[in-house]
Amino acid sequence: MTHSNMRRLSLALSAAFVLAPVLHAQAAKAAGPAPILIRNATVMTVTKGTLQNTDVLLSGGKITNVGKNIAAPAGATIIDGTGKFVMPGIIDPHSHMGLDAINEGSLSVTSMARIRDVINPTNEHIYYALAGGVTTINALHGSANTIGGQNAVLKLKWGRSGAEMLVPDAPPGIKFALGENVTQKNRNAGPQQAGAPPRRYPGTRMGQEEVIRDALMRAKDYKATWDEYKSKSVKDKTLIPPRRDLELEPLVEVLEGKRLVHAHSYLGHEMLMLLQLADEFGFRVQTLQHGLEGYKIADEIAKRGTGLSTFADEWSYKIEAYDAIPYNVAILMRHGVNVTINSDDDGRARRLNIDAAKMIRYGGLTDDEALSVITINGAKQLGIEKHVGSIEVGKDADVGIWNANPLSVYSSIEQTIIDGEVYFDKQKDLAMRDSMAKERAELEKAEANQAPVTRGGRQGGAPGGAAAVPPETH
Amino acid sequence: MRRMHLRAALSGAALLTIGTSTLALAQLGSYNPAPGPQGTFAITNAHIFPVSGPEIMNGTIVISGGKIQAVGANAAIPAGAQVIDAKGLNVYPGMMDGGTSIGLSEIPQGAASTVDISEIGSFNPNSQAYYGINPHSAHVGVARVVGITSVISRPTGGIISGQAALINLAGWTVPSMAVVPRVAMVIELPGGGGGRRGGGGGGAAAFLAAQGGNANVLRARQLDSLKQILHDADAYAKALDAYASDKTIPRPKHDAVLESLIPAIRGQQEVMFPADRAVDIRAAVAFAEEFHLKPIIVGGREAVSVAAYLKQHDVPVLYTGVLQLPGREDDPYDINYSAPAKLAAAGVKFAITSGDCCSEVRNLPSIAGMASAFGLSKADALKAVTLGPAQIFGVADKLGSLEVGKMANIVVTDGDMLEARTNTKYLFIDGRMVPLDTKHTQLYDLFKGKTLVP
Repeated sequence: MTHSNMRRLSLALSAAFVLAPVLHAQAAKAAGPAPILIRNATVMTVTKGTLQNTDVLLSGGKITNVGKNIAAPAGATIIDGTGKFVMPGIIDPHSHMGLDAINEGSLSVTSMARIRDVINPTNEHIYYALAGGVTTINALHGSANTIGGQNAVLKLKWGRSGAEMLVPDAPPGIKFALGENVTQKNRNAGPQQAGAPPRRYPGTRMGQEEVIRDALMRAKDYKATWDEYKSKSVKDKTLIPPRRDLELEPLVEVLEGKRLVHAHSYLGHEMLMLLQLADEFGFRVQTLQHGLEGYKIADEIAKRGTGLSTFADEWSYKIEAYDAIPYNVAILMRHGVNVTINSDDDGRARRLNIDAAKMIRYGGLTDDEALSVITINGAKQLGIEKHVGSIEVGKDADVGIWNANPLSVYSSIEQTIIDGEVYFDKQKDLAMRDSMAKERAELEKAEANQAPVTRGGRQGGAPGGAAAVPPETH
Repeated sequence: MRRMHLRAALSGAALLTIGTSTLALAQLGSYNPAPGPQGTFAITNAHIFPVSGPEIMNGTIVISGGKIQAVGANAAIPAGAQVIDAKGLNVYPGMMDGGTSIGLSEIPQGAASTVDISEIGSFNPNSQAYYGINPHSAHVGVARVVGITSVISRPTGGIISGQAALINLAGWTVPSMAVVPRVAMVIELPGGGGGRRGGGGGGAAAFLAAQGGNANVLRARQLDSLKQILHDADAYAKALDAYASDKTIPRPKHDAVLESLIPAIRGQQEVMFPADRAVDIRAAVAFAEEFHLKPIIVGGREAVSVAAYLKQHDVPVLYTGVLQLPGREDDPYDINYSAPAKLAAAGVKFAITSGDCCSEVRNLPSIAGMASAFGLSKADALKAVTLGPAQIFGVADKLGSLEVGKMANIVVTDGDMLEARTNTKYLFIDGRMVPLDTKHTQLYDLFKGKTLVP
C-alpha cells in the first residue's frame, strides 16, 4: 500500500474509530458512570500497602470504599478480581503524547506558548498508553529552547475533547530546558560554517544561565510595574494599565510560586546552576526533568525540596547521558528526593510498570517504592496528590486492573478506569477486531482508496527486481 | 525530550551538517573488569533451565576448561572444584542478542568519533565488525550483567554493510571475545525499509526522491549494481578454483572486496537482510534464493503477515519490534507485542532481539518477557533469546543451552531471568567467572553515600 493511499484510508478510518468512544463517553456523562465494584483482588494501594482478597468500590467518579465484602450498590458493574491486581492509574510526569506541536524553538524564551492549544485528543497513542495502564500525563514542550512554554496536565480520556482531558485544578507549569539540546551542540558543533543554518543564542551553558536570569529579571520588573499600577490606581482611576506581556506573565507566576518549573536537564552542574538561580530569585524548581546525573548532586536537590523525574535505565544515547546510571532513582530516593520515572516517549509510556520493576533490581527499591515512582510521586510533582496517585477512599477512581502483578513482565492490563469510567477494556478491544478488519477491507476496496495508475504502473511499487512479488492483502 | 521530537523541531538543513564533532572521545570505555581464569566450578542445588530439555528442579552443573562438563540431578562434583551453592537460585544459558552493534558505537549522538558503525560507500563486504569493535565499550559490561553473554555485532548502512561478528561479552581483545569472527554478511536491499528504527536502506533513494529525482530508477540501478558485484564474486571464486587446480592458467588478480563475498555466495555464511515491510521481506527471500544465499530477516515488523511464506522457504527472523508502537492507527494495540507468539504458532524460526545498537540491549530479557505476556509461552520466550538465535546463526553446537560440551556461558539468578526485577548472582562466560561490576555500579558506589564532598 502506498503512502498516499494509506493516508486516505487513515482519514476514513479515524473518523469511524474515534466516533464510537465519543458517543459512549457522552452517554456516560449524561447519566454519570455506573458504580463499579471490583471484588476479591490484590489491591496495590501504594500508600497503604498491598491488600489481599480485597474489594474496591468506584462510584460517582471516586474511590468510595476499599475493604472486604463490600455490598454492591444498585446498578453496579461487578468485576471479579480473583487472581487480578488493582493498582492506581500510572502517572507519566513527562510526555509529548497527542500533541500537534512540541517545540516553539524559534526563540530562546517562548513562555507564551501553550500546550493546551495543541492537544489532539484523537491520537491513537493515547489509547495505547491506556492499554499500558497510564491515566494521567504531564504534557510538556520539548527541549529545543531555554524556556519552552506552558504545560498541560491531562487525564487520558480518549475520545473526549482536549479541554475535557485537562485536570481542572492541577497547578500550572512551565518547561525550562538546559544542556545540549538547547545549545544544539549535538548536531551543530564547532564554529558557524558557511551555508549552515544560523546558530541560535544561547550556544553554551553560560548563555543558558544568562537567558533565564534575563527573563526572570524582566519578569520581576514587569511585576513591579503592575504592582505599582495596582497600588497607585486605587487612588488614581485615570491611570492607564501597563500593556500585558504574555511572555512575562507566566514567569511572574513562577516568581510568585504559582507556576511549577519542570526543567529538562542532564548534568549535575547544569542542574545546580538552575537551583542556585532559583534560590536567588526566591522560588523552588518543582522538578528536574530527566536529571540523569541527579545522583551526583542528590543532597543539593533534596535540601531544596525539588523533585526529579528520570528514565529507568536509558543512557549513552548522547554525551550528556553517558554517565547516566539506573541507580539514579535509588540514590535520589535514599537522599529524600521525591523521584519519578517518566516515558518521554509514547512507546515507552506503555510499559512504565516494567521500568518501575527495574528499580527493584537497580538499587533495591521495595515493591511499594517501585510503584510509587510511577504513581503517587508523580501526583506530588504535579501538585495533584489529593486526587490521584494511590488507591485511597476519596481519590479519583483512576485504576488499572492487571491480570498479574504489574511489576512482572508477564503481566498485561485488562481494564483502565478514569474517574470511574472504563477507557480501556481488553475484552471489548478483542471483540472489536473482527469488525475493524472487515471495515478496513471494505475501505481498502473503496474507489477513493485505490492508488492512481501512473506511467509504469501504480505508485510506490515493490523494490526493483521484485515485480513478481504478489501484492499483500492488508 | 530525548531525540526524536527535537529532531522534528529543528530545520531539515541542520540535519545535513552531520559530521565534524569537536569532541575527541574515541577511547571511551575501559570500565569492564576482567573475567577470571577458566577454572573448575560446580553450581549445586540449583533450579536448572537447560532450554534444550526439561527443567531440573534441584541439580548440579559442572564447568571446566571453558565448557560444560556435566548437567543433571546427580552430576558428580570433581575434586578441587569451586562449589557455588545455588540453593534458591536459577541457572540459565546466557542470552544472545542477534541484532546489536555493540562495540561499534559508544554514543550515537553528538560524538561522531565514537561511532564506527557504517563505512563510507555502498558496497563494503570487506568491512568487518571484528576489526571495529571496542572491547572496552561500557556497553559490554552493562549488557552482560543482565545475563546477555554473547551478541551479534553488525555494521549497518550502505547496501552491503559489511560482516557481523559473534562475540562473547567478556575479554580485553576482540580475538579473545570472538566466537565467530565473520558470522554473517549484512545486505540492506535497496529500497528495503531497513531493520532499524529510522534507518536502513533506501536512504539514497529517499534523498534522490526528495531532490525531485526518480527513486525507482535509482533503486533499480542500485539493485543491478548489487547483483553485478555478486556475479563478479561468483566469477572470481570460480577463477580462483580453476587456478587452484591448474596453475598454468593466469592467476586471478587479488580483489579484497570480491574475496570477502565468497563465503556468503557459497552458502557458507549467513546473510542478514534488514527488512520490515512484508514486500521487503519477500523481496529479500527471493533475492537470497536467486543467489543461493542463506538469509536471515532482521527486523521483520510485518513478518507475521508473510509467516507462511517464511516457513515455506525456511527463512528465520530476528524480530526487533516487540516494543515498537503499532505502525498504523487502526492496528491492534498489541500487534507487535503479540508478533512473536504468532510467528511461533505459524512455525517460523525466530529469535527476539532488542533491535538496538548498544545502550538498550540490556532490555532483551524483559522484551522477551513482554512477548510472553502476549501469548508466547514462557519456554518459547526463553528459547527466543538463547537457543533460538544460536540455531539461526548456526552455533547451536556451542551456545544457547546447558548441554555437555557447550561453551560455559551461564547465568545464575535469584528469579526468572526474563523478569526486569531479577538479580544476576553469578555470571560465567567461556567458563570464566565474570565480575558483576560495570560503569554503572562504579558510579553507584562512588555517589550513593549520604553526604557529598563539600
